[in-house]
Amino acid sequence: MNSSSAEIFTLHQSPQKNTESIIEINNLKISFGQQEVLKDVSFNLHKGENLVVLGKSGSGKSVLIKCITKLLQPDYGKITVLGEDVNSLEGKKLAELRKKIGFLFQSGALYDSMTVKENLEFPLSRMEQKFTKEEKYEKVISVLENVGLKDAVNKMPSELSGGMRKRIALARTLIVDPVIMLYDEPTTGLDPLTSREISKLINEVQQKYHTSSVIITHDMDCAKETGDRALILKDGTILAEGKLEELENSDDAWIKAFFGKT
Amino acid sequence: MGSYKYSSRAKDKTTFFSEIGNIAVFSGRTLRYTFSFPFEFREFLKQCYAIGNLSLGLVAITGAIMGIVLTIQSRPVLSDFGAEAMLPQMVAVSIVREIGPVITALICAGKVGSGMGAELGSMKVTEQIDAMEVSATLPIKYLVVTRVLAATLMVPILVVFADALGLLGSWVGTNIKGSVNIVLFFSHAFSSLDFIDLVPALIKSFFFGAVIGLIGCYKGYTAGKGTESVGVAANSAVVLSSLLIIIVDLVAVQITDLML
Ligand SMILES: Nc1ncnc2c1ncn2[C@@H]1O[C@H](COP(=O)(O)OP(=O)(O)OP(=O)(O)O)[C@@H](O)[C@H]1O
Ligand SMILES: [Mg+2]
Repeated sequence: MNSSSAEIFTLHQSPQKNTESIIEINNLKISFGQQEVLKDVSFNLHKGENLVVLGKSGSGKSVLIKCITKLLQPDYGKITVLGEDVNSLEGKKLAELRKKIGFLFQSGALYDSMTVKENLEFPLSRMEQKFTKEEKYEKVISVLENVGLKDAVNKMPSELSGGMRKRIALARTLIVDPVIMLYDEPTTGLDPLTSREISKLINEVQQKYHTSSVIITHDMDCAKETGDRALILKDGTILAEGKLEELENSDDAWIKAFFGKT
Repeated sequence: MGSYKYSSRAKDKTTFFSEIGNIAVFSGRTLRYTFSFPFEFREFLKQCYAIGNLSLGLVAITGAIMGIVLTIQSRPVLSDFGAEAMLPQMVAVSIVREIGPVITALICAGKVGSGMGAELGSMKVTEQIDAMEVSATLPIKYLVVTRVLAATLMVPILVVFADALGLLGSWVGTNIKGSVNIVLFFSHAFSSLDFIDLVPALIKSFFFGAVIGLIGCYKGYTAGKGTESVGVAANSAVVLSSLLIIIVDLVAVQITDLML
């Protein structure tokens, strides 16, 4: 086992006995120049689980999920997604794996030369399965209804508000019914009401499609609403993991401060 | 636990030589994906339309004015030698061989190259390229190959267009002093033009187009983080592709010269 496992105090032994791991990350290490962003990160994501990742801004949360889809290559460590070693995947095999993963970017990353409809149809047209024009349109409308933005179908991303863009981006990730969802701050910049709806939507997706998700968030309400388990990232390692309530009631001074309980 | 070491990512520091190496690698990758299935035909057509539509007016005006100016400026020299009758031939050869291709390419470098640099640069900065990659699309295939091919195809077409308007401008120029029948003018002009003038000029135009597309996409695709890198990408795309166009022109002239 890794040497730093002593530092990770597991507050709650999650039911790992007979749960299948969808994502396994072992000893992940990545640095940019001199800056070591992730030093030694290991965790598993179980089937059908919502895992919340907490941590201060700049602690490497976005970098972590980018490694899962091989947008970034780690310097060291092994990442297994759905039984495949991500870092050794190339070309077609990598593309096939990526089709099963939905990735919500922190910035939304809508294609700004395309309308909302074209944005949503883009991932559909990349699937093996071919859809007719009507089927595509139906899917677009139904997923837009889910995020409450049916009227925006013919708008350009530049005509939308920040929160609307975020919801369209979410719709774009959900439209292909992914097996794994990686949400990078799904509720940031949204009002409390919409945030709650998005949290609900995340749970619905989990229940309906048995999706396993990693949810990065600073929004405690969203974390509580959606998370089955949480982990806290600090200084490039996992400081603690367990159920959110247990983390909140931790005795560790830093964790207390993080949850605003000084 | 097993341990796995991966080669570290490309370093951020770029020197002159590493830049050349990177451009070569980028061009190689683009070439490789050009010949791999499936081809993004719709995006290609969209880019062709964008490039042609974007530069047509500019190229037309510049071509016509170059024709007029060249004619007016050459006339005194030619009449000193008593060779004023050679004016259409001389202008036709200079436009078709050199001025048409180079001026058109430089204009496209400014208009199209900077556009590609800025567009791909902003797509990179706002993670749109990453988003494309995770939806199982190769950005180099979807964005780069289509743009490079579109530029390679459209620049020669624009060159032919500029040549035609240049000759027309030249006719206008000759008519400022004295009048020449347009049919007579063009028959004179074309009589001096050989295959050997047209073909190398067209071939080099394809290369100019490829340079514009490749450098524009390379600069955009490798843009750094933050919004200011979009401006840097657009700017350096224009500077580098203009420079390369001149260098390619020099090489092309040498090769043509050797073959004749
Ligand atoms: N491509 C990159 N090149 C260089 N440094 C990077 C790159 N991506 C991330 N970093 C650095 O890695 C660190 C972690 O970034 P990351 O985006 O993962 O933070 P984060 O935890 O998601 O923060 P936030 O909550 O603000 O989104 C930052 O210090 C950032 O400067
Ligand atoms: Mg982040």
